[in-house]
Amino acid sequence: MRKKGLVALCLAALMTTTALTGCGGNDSSNDSSTKNSDAGSSAKSEAKGKVYYLNFKPEADAQWQELADMYTEKTGVEVTVVTAASGQYETTLKSEMGKDEAPTLFQVNGPVGLASWKDYCYDLKDAAITKEVSSDDFLLKDGDAVDGIGYAIESYGIIYNKNLLKKAGYSEDDIKNFADLKKVAEDITARSKELGFSAFTSAGMDGSSDWRFKTHLANLPVYYEYQADGIDQTDAIKGTYLDNYRNIWDLYINNSTVSPKQLSTKTGDDAVAEFVTEKAVFYQNGTWAYSDIADLGDENLGMLPIYIGVDGEENQGLCTGTENYWCVNKKAPEEDVQATLDFINWCVTDDAAVKCMCGAAGAMPSGQDGMGFVIPFKKNLESDNPLVNIANEYVKNGKKPVSWNFTTMPSEQWKNDLGSALTTYASDQNDKNWDLVKKAFVDNWAKEAKASK
Amino acid sequence: MEKAIKKYWPIFVLPTMAAFAIGFVVPFLEGIYLSFCKFTTIKDAKFVGISNYIEVFKDETFPHSFGFTTLFAIVTLLLVNVLAFAVALALTQKIKGTNIFRTIFFMPNLIGGIVLGYIWQLIFDGIFSRFDTALKLNETLGFWGLVILICWQQIGYMMIVYIAGLQAIPDSLREAAMIDGANKVQRLVHVTIPNMMPSITICTFLTITNSFKLFDQNLSLTGGEPLHKTEMLALNIYQTFYGRVGAEGIGQAKAVIFFLTVVVIGMFQLKLTRSKEVQQ
Repeated sequence: MRKKGLVALCLAALMTTTALTGCGGNDSSNDSSTKNSDAGSSAKSEAKGKVYYLNFKPEADAQWQELADMYTEKTGVEVTVVTAASGQYETTLKSEMGKDEAPTLFQVNGPVGLASWKDYCYDLKDAAITKEVSSDDFLLKDGDAVDGIGYAIESYGIIYNKNLLKKAGYSEDDIKNFADLKKVAEDITARSKELGFSAFTSAGMDGSSDWRFKTHLANLPVYYEYQADGIDQTDAIKGTYLDNYRNIWDLYINNSTVSPKQLSTKTGDDAVAEFVTEKAVFYQNGTWAYSDIADLGDENLGMLPIYIGVDGEENQGLCTGTENYWCVNKKAPEEDVQATLDFINWCVTDDAAVKCMCGAAGAMPSGQDGMGFVIPFKKNLESDNPLVNIANEYVKNGKKPVSWNFTTMPSEQWKNDLGSALTTYASDQNDKNWDLVKKAFVDNWAKEAKASK
Repeated sequence: MEKAIKKYWPIFVLPTMAAFAIGFVVPFLEGIYLSFCKFTTIKDAKFVGISNYIEVFKDETFPHSFGFTTLFAIVTLLLVNVLAFAVALALTQKIKGTNIFRTIFFMPNLIGGIVLGYIWQLIFDGIFSRFDTALKLNETLGFWGLVILICWQQIGYMMIVYIAGLQAIPDSLREAAMIDGANKVQRLVHVTIPNMMPSITICTFLTITNSFKLFDQNLSLTGGEPLHKTEMLALNIYQTFYGRVGAEGIGQAKAVIFFLTVVVIGMFQLKLTRSKEVQQ
């Protein structure tokens, strides 16, 4: 009897502790938030606030952590950096924003991303950082209010291996438009056995790589349509340049290292590996991919604009823009907002911090590589990233950069469906399957634009 | 003792009740409320009435994933249970090494769904690449790929339940039937199976609800490709919720419909198999 009683007591104790631990988390966070607001009202000058940055770029996570520590050491303000897994930013942001301790600094990818977070964006019009911006193009505006500030400019195009291109008997001067690119690529494919390499790396449609085509490549038909119609956003795309999109996609998939039917299984890492081991000449990606392919040697890397066969494209440059806009959470406690504004301003004005953001090899105080960004702020440094310099070279030579219009694509769902349609078409290239792509491109645009309102 | 329980029961019940309320009842009610709202985070929900539910029925991917899931549930219900029962019968015979076999058959259950999905994707695509196709290109391949994965994972678990059931049947019943002249098939159909009904109830319930709720395996094996055709209900809800701006409420409404479906089917199935259970 006594033993039974003991067992019952233990069980009851266990249940209570479990239940209480469950509540424990809540209690403590409630406490700290009340403490914060108390501090905010009673002693504003003493309150330092906290910064919680939800970072979008997994490749720069270590650098941000270090930068946060540097700032804390210098000012005593606590900075937490959390990085969302690749492709999970919106998901993570949604759940983090629902918490008591929500991010004070977060990112949106452009006008469409802003639409869902507008109510959370602090107006940066009068913030110190806004005065540091080198061009107003990098401000994300909603009416008069400045809701976001772009902090990293990037460029993408077709990266190529100069050495292999030479081996195939060509140089970059031979490629000035889509017809040239097609000729070179098809010639390499015809001789691929003898040369020992293919024209393009695999256009993998796995989640780690499909954004290169359903988002970045799809930017070109969108860009040219916007140019032709003189608009910068639309609720109903016409798909004027879809045939060009088909041509370039055909070129990518039929002159690549793998059969087009295998694309659904190929990952981003596969493409990198093929490029680095010199299995292919061309690799569509951007300046951010430099660290992956640096092993080929800087002098060996070149970049071409993505030509899709539009009139006057000889003058086209790389695709340059940003999908990284900083937004400050309006709903955070006042002192946290202030701390966040101070932090981002420090990031782009302090010499050491700017070095971390712009520098490449060994730029961090700890000796790791810097983030290698081009930042649209006055303090921007000359980049060590050869791909960035190539991009600048194009601008200097009077080529017109293609803007990043994919930030106006109506939803994630639109991109995903376009990706599926491209995969289906790649596995069986006929007009019927291309109609699926058309439908995903044109019909879904209108549908998604309406659903996202 | 009785008296003490009567007097002190609230103390014993309270902790669990509180945990249940905090961890289940409150979020559940909030979830139902949110299905009538437009929201980005749960703090800024705005009531919009039943418009979310109207949107659900306009979405053509939802009925398809509903049908796909139902078909999947039926196929796995049959396959998993028949095979698990057969394996359980085989492993309760007096043969050598039954314990080792039981352990090995049970082991797939200990691997998480996402990992399993990726492993099987590698296996399937390794084979399909010889035929120049891939799992994500074909709805039929995707469907049977999922079925094979689930069978492989769940047969071991159901087998354990069935073995326990089989061992609980007194030998005297079977011996009595044997003496009465019943052959093997008759003994199985008229003695073993009726006595196994409690186990069958549990296993069918588990397989049906597992199939309806299937998410991780679906996400990592096919991801709904091609064009949402292998997207099951849970994944469809997830994609709706995170796929576009402002559709969170619609995803939530789908989740409520999903919950009701699973409850109704589960109840119906429990009632059906319970009625067949016999007293020993």
